Amino acid sequence: MTGRLSGKPYKSIRNTLGKGTGEKRGQARYSAFDLFRRGFTKDPWPPVWREHELSSSYDVVVVGGGVHGLAIAYYLAHRHGITNVCVLDKSYVGSGGSGRNTAIIRSNYLTPDGVRFYDRSVKLYENLSAELNFNVMFSQRGHLTLAHNDSSLRTMRWRAEVNKLENIDSEVIGPEEIKKLVPYLDVSSEPRYPILGALYHPPGGIIRHDAVVWGYARGADTAGVHIHQNTEVVGINVSSGRVTGVRTNRGDISAPIVVNATAGWASLISNMVGVRMPITTSPLQAAVTEPVKPFLNTVVVSGSLHVYMSQTDRGELVFGASVDPFPSYSMRGSLDFIEGLASHVLELMPALSKMRVLRQWAGLCDMTPDYSPIMGFTPVEGFLVDVGWGTYGFKAGPVSGEAMAQLIADNKTPQIIEAFALERFGTGELLGEKGAASVGH
Amino acid sequence: MILIPCPNCGPRNASEFRYVGESIARPDPNSATQEQWRAYLYERVNPSGWTTESWFHRAGCGRYFKIERDTNSNEVRAVRLEPAAATKGES
Repeated sequence: MTGRLSGKPYKSIRNTLGKGTGEKRGQARYSAFDLFRRGFTKDPWPPVWREHELSSSYDVVVVGGGVHGLAIAYYLAHRHGITNVCVLDKSYVGSGGSGRNTAIIRSNYLTPDGVRFYDRSVKLYENLSAELNFNVMFSQRGHLTLAHNDSSLRTMRWRAEVNKLENIDSEVIGPEEIKKLVPYLDVSSEPRYPILGALYHPPGGIIRHDAVVWGYARGADTAGVHIHQNTEVVGINVSSGRVTGVRTNRGDISAPIVVNATAGWASLISNMVGVRMPITTSPLQAAVTEPVKPFLNTVVVSGSLHVYMSQTDRGELVFGASVDPFPSYSMRGSLDFIEGLASHVLELMPALSKMRVLRQWAGLCDMTPDYSPIMGFTPVEGFLVDVGWGTYGFKAGPVSGEAMAQLIADNKTPQIIEAFALERFGTGELLGEKGAASVGH
Repeated sequence: MILIPCPNCGPRNASEFRYVGESIARPDPNSATQEQWRAYLYERVNPSGWTTESWFHRAGCGRYFKIERDTNSNEVRAVRLEPAAATKGES
């Protein structure tokens, strides 16, 4: 182990923290009755979360108002009673990867550490609507990862066996069963890359990603967490190896703990305290078609063809692909992406040839060398990271929030994220998830 | 799609190239510490703005070269070929 990378736990804050500023204002509980009542009385709906002035100090500052940052704040407040917390975002909440992903949830990963971690997230997602009192529209419609050659079929068998050992519903199925699940797929031997089989993962599905972000924001706000939008961190104060606060475009905040949960912008925040990350930022593009009647009731993924697709409740087809081939912070779409995507989709489903694409967009992915995240302590005391989320961050939102909140409250890395520590790049214990994470949404 | 100005072949589509990575000096294997190797292998500045990086023209002349690129706008300036010795053995 190298000295520089070993995480330094900070002094426990548990005893020094009061219950914070928790001005617990009873947030109106959403219910069918309330909807009915407001329909008649024209009572305005209360804001989902409130605006606050920037306080001069917080116990925990979370940088990044996406699903990860908001979930950390939510679990800190609700599970650990740490409510003097703020979440900063340089734009609006959910403006980064949380609002740009293709909203696919699954846990059929390759390494046992990864499988356990993402399975916990699926479990949290299953109960999230009830917990947040906010309908996140989680639809566990099943997830198919297609195999077009022997080697990918072999990896899928491997994944299925690892999954079964961890009690995850996951199995390899043949073309006939695939055809029953997705009748529009071309399972003949005609295509250039014929479909030989698929990894079928029934608990996988899609979710309304904005609702998850808003639900966590509302839950955190109810417990007294301050959410500051349009507040950009321009610097982080470090004094003799430990964090003392952040500087923002709206003023300075002093805080003993700063969490970097900024995904694509993770390197820029970590560079502010001089912690170099093994991260490069690449855009990932996605596209959506015009809405049609429901015909696709499963998430279909093809790693070989770099495409994944699902049909939303509105009837639009959502497509995603792999990251662009070079790092960039530009979120402009490109024509060659949409051309390549269309040709791959038509290879799978020729019947879609007349469908029109409505729009395309890009989100920034903070890619790590081993396609696994980087979570926990850093060499700077009090500076924590929840980054390296690459192309698989949204599905891990709840479990990351839960684990990072636990880490902050206990001042100790929880077992479920031990494998994701920054130290692994010093000790060589990389966690190869590429076989299951790249284009496997 | 962006155009990458190959110093040998002129501007070509980025899909003809392989992005090699941020320009980082390789430490001397005889004297480098484990710490230096780890930094060389994994740590990246990943800046938002101008950066110097290596590219490889795999579908063209097969030369390695360096460019300066703005990672926000993908604008490219200052192109130069890598010295042959520095790229020997890479693929």
